[in-house]
Amino acid sequence: MRLQFSAEDEAFRQEVAGWLRDNLVGEFEQLKYRGGPGDEHMYPEQRKRWERKLAQGGWTCVGWPRAHGGRGCSIEQQVIFFEEYARAGAPGRVGHIGEGLTGPTLIAFGSESQRARYLPGIVAGTEFWCQGYSEPGAGSDLANVKTKARFDEQRGVWVLNGQKVWTSLAHEADYCFVIARTDPDSVAHQGLGFFLVKMDQPGIEVRPIQQITGTSEFNEVFFDDAQCDADDIVGQPGDGWKVAMGLLGFERGVSTLGQQMAFQNELDQIVALARANGAARDPAIRQRIAQAHIGLKIMRYNAMRMLSGSADGSLQREALIYKLYWASWHRDLGELAMDVLGPECDILEGAPYQLSRLQSMYLFVRSDTIYGGTNQIQRNIIAERGLGMPKEPKVAIR
Amino acid sequence: MEFAFTEEQQMIRDTAAAFLAEVSDSEAVRRAMATEQGYEDGVWQRVCQEMVWQAMHIPEAYGGMGLGYVELVAVLEQMGASLLCAPFFSTVCLGVNALLVAGSDEQRARYLPAIAEGSLTATLAYTGVSRRWDADAIAVSCEPRGDGYVLNGTLRYVLDGHTAGLVAVAARAPGTSGEAGVSLFLLSGDSPGLTRRWLPTMDQTRRQAELVLEGVVVGADGLMGEAGAGWPALRRIIGLATVALAAEQAGGAQRVLDLAVAYGKERYQFNRPIAGFQAIKHKAADMMLRAEVARSGVYYAACIADEALGGGRLADELPEAASVAKAWCSDAYFRNAGDSLQIFGGVGFTWEYDVHLYLKRAKASEHLLGSGAWHREQVAAMLLDQ
Repeated sequence: MRLQFSAEDEAFRQEVAGWLRDNLVGEFEQLKYRGGPGDEHMYPEQRKRWERKLAQGGWTCVGWPRAHGGRGCSIEQQVIFFEEYARAGAPGRVGHIGEGLTGPTLIAFGSESQRARYLPGIVAGTEFWCQGYSEPGAGSDLANVKTKARFDEQRGVWVLNGQKVWTSLAHEADYCFVIARTDPDSVAHQGLGFFLVKMDQPGIEVRPIQQITGTSEFNEVFFDDAQCDADDIVGQPGDGWKVAMGLLGFERGVSTLGQQMAFQNELDQIVALARANGAARDPAIRQRIAQAHIGLKIMRYNAMRMLSGSADGSLQREALIYKLYWASWHRDLGELAMDVLGPECDILEGAPYQLSRLQSMYLFVRSDTIYGGTNQIQRNIIAERGLGMPKEPKVAIR
Repeated sequence: MEFAFTEEQQMIRDTAAAFLAEVSDSEAVRRAMATEQGYEDGVWQRVCQEMVWQAMHIPEAYGGMGLGYVELVAVLEQMGASLLCAPFFSTVCLGVNALLVAGSDEQRARYLPAIAEGSLTATLAYTGVSRRWDADAIAVSCEPRGDGYVLNGTLRYVLDGHTAGLVAVAARAPGTSGEAGVSLFLLSGDSPGLTRRWLPTMDQTRRQAELVLEGVVVGADGLMGEAGAGWPALRRIIGLATVALAAEQAGGAQRVLDLAVAYGKERYQFNRPIAGFQAIKHKAADMMLRAEVARSGVYYAACIADEALGGGRLADELPEAASVAKAWCSDAYFRNAGDSLQIFGGVGFTWEYDVHLYLKRAKASEHLLGSGAWHREQVAAMLLDQ
């Protein structure tokens, strides 16, 4: 075990920090600390321009192999990039779904023509993606998707009908990847396909969902005879679940360390507030601030273990608990922020519903323990995969 | 950055697990618990002669193996998991660390080789009857007399204090308080004026003693470092010991989970193993989370402990890293032990099953060297008061 980064990696850190310092200026200055979770609806056009700026500097897709247009960074360098990105307060990435999910999926499961068609736009910061997984009847039970995909032999296209929900950035995205049922008689994990669908077409309607924060970054997406080309299916009909599950593996990537930097920014703000308003003298608040600090430190150490991998190739138990850990920690941080504010927590910055950064965070973190596998689903996964405890008995399908 | 065990470190861990399964099974622990000494000589000598763990982080120049804290915590985790009853923590994590941090070359040369060969045990005593674990805990007084010093006072919660051959004692000059006036001394366990009393404990897997010092005379060669300026060294020793204790706790937190899961798979109610019920699975998942991240906190703190012993760049992080690890591990171990007992149900309440040994060890360890609340307040002070 060793904690220090190599001299080469430290030089890389200087390079990243320097580039961000030189470029996060002018029209991009206003984007600092904006566009993260709970704030994704803000400055979409400016943030898309920022994506192109990043791409010009070679700072999109840093972890992708060079052969696919990425920067080919080592794990350490990716960690450094995301840390410095967050430290600089650079804005929430509009391109993160394409870079973090679509790209790795196509690199792993896509065809040559799919890669050639879709990867360059992601790397260039010009084409943006959203994710069509959840449906009104397929939340925790993701395999219960009802959206159907039928191949129209005459026109040689796939035709999609159904509804997706909780689709973040759908109104900003150029494409959506969608899991849909290719075999109408199938149930659960069988008979699904994974499709790449252009958003700007008559068969797709996007309706924003007004959230607990009063703002909208999630959407409902309706597919009414929406189309995609014959070769816009990743893998074969029936492979959809395999591809989708492979993709979930990409979701817990090195960007988590950048996420922690954002958490640190939030905690720093709470500490400063507590010192300023006297909450720092309340023994109960002191305990909770310390607990939040300890929890974040340990989160970082756990992520370092996760990224270092296990030399013996065993199941990475520290990775299995990670979502449950950070989501619960972040939810508690939101509550702490309000309790440090005290009665002031209820007073808004303005009408009709203008939340401060901490107020917005407090409300938004309620989603952390729900999306991407609820805390309860996470506990099932941990118990079954991590501890080998039995699955629930199957109940007859109604 | 490579934040994972090397192959050698994994081998040390696995060897420890296998050895302890043999010498520290339930029967062995219960035999040791029944002794006043608190351990069996045969087991301790096997540890010293076959595993040579007592010499692990003693430099080779003093007859040790010259390994680091990461190797040490890998073994401590397994000791905590198996409730090893031995004067290991007191001798190595308190005694050796005291000598390494505060001992003169001569003091190290006199004692470390004996510890390394397994012929001398040691401990550290610094706190009186208080709820504190900082400099204000130091209540023994020391006054110069001739070339040496005279020590008076009562020390409590001294691990293996009734059996240790060598005792490092913290004392303060009369009229001083806090971090001022603190000195560290080395006493032989049989020093005239030193009365040692074994304190029966709820956790019978680790012995505590009370030491009463009445006019104990220490020569100048028994003073560690500079008189009156001992706190920074003692603070470092305490930090190192705290990291070690957290490692034991992480091991215990894991073992009570493993025991509960194994039991839950065997125990049938309602025609199903109880491990299949979500009420049990979710409890177990929370236990795994606590145990898993406990390890992450301990491994980081161990890397910092190595820096502190070697004078590395990150040495000053020790108090924070130790408090982070101890706060998390104290709570994780106790909560896991409680949850484990709950999963065991009725049999968890019996003397026959081992769960109660862990519950008791968890509570005792939680309060040694500062509870979770104590360490959170240390962290709060770093964040909010500076």
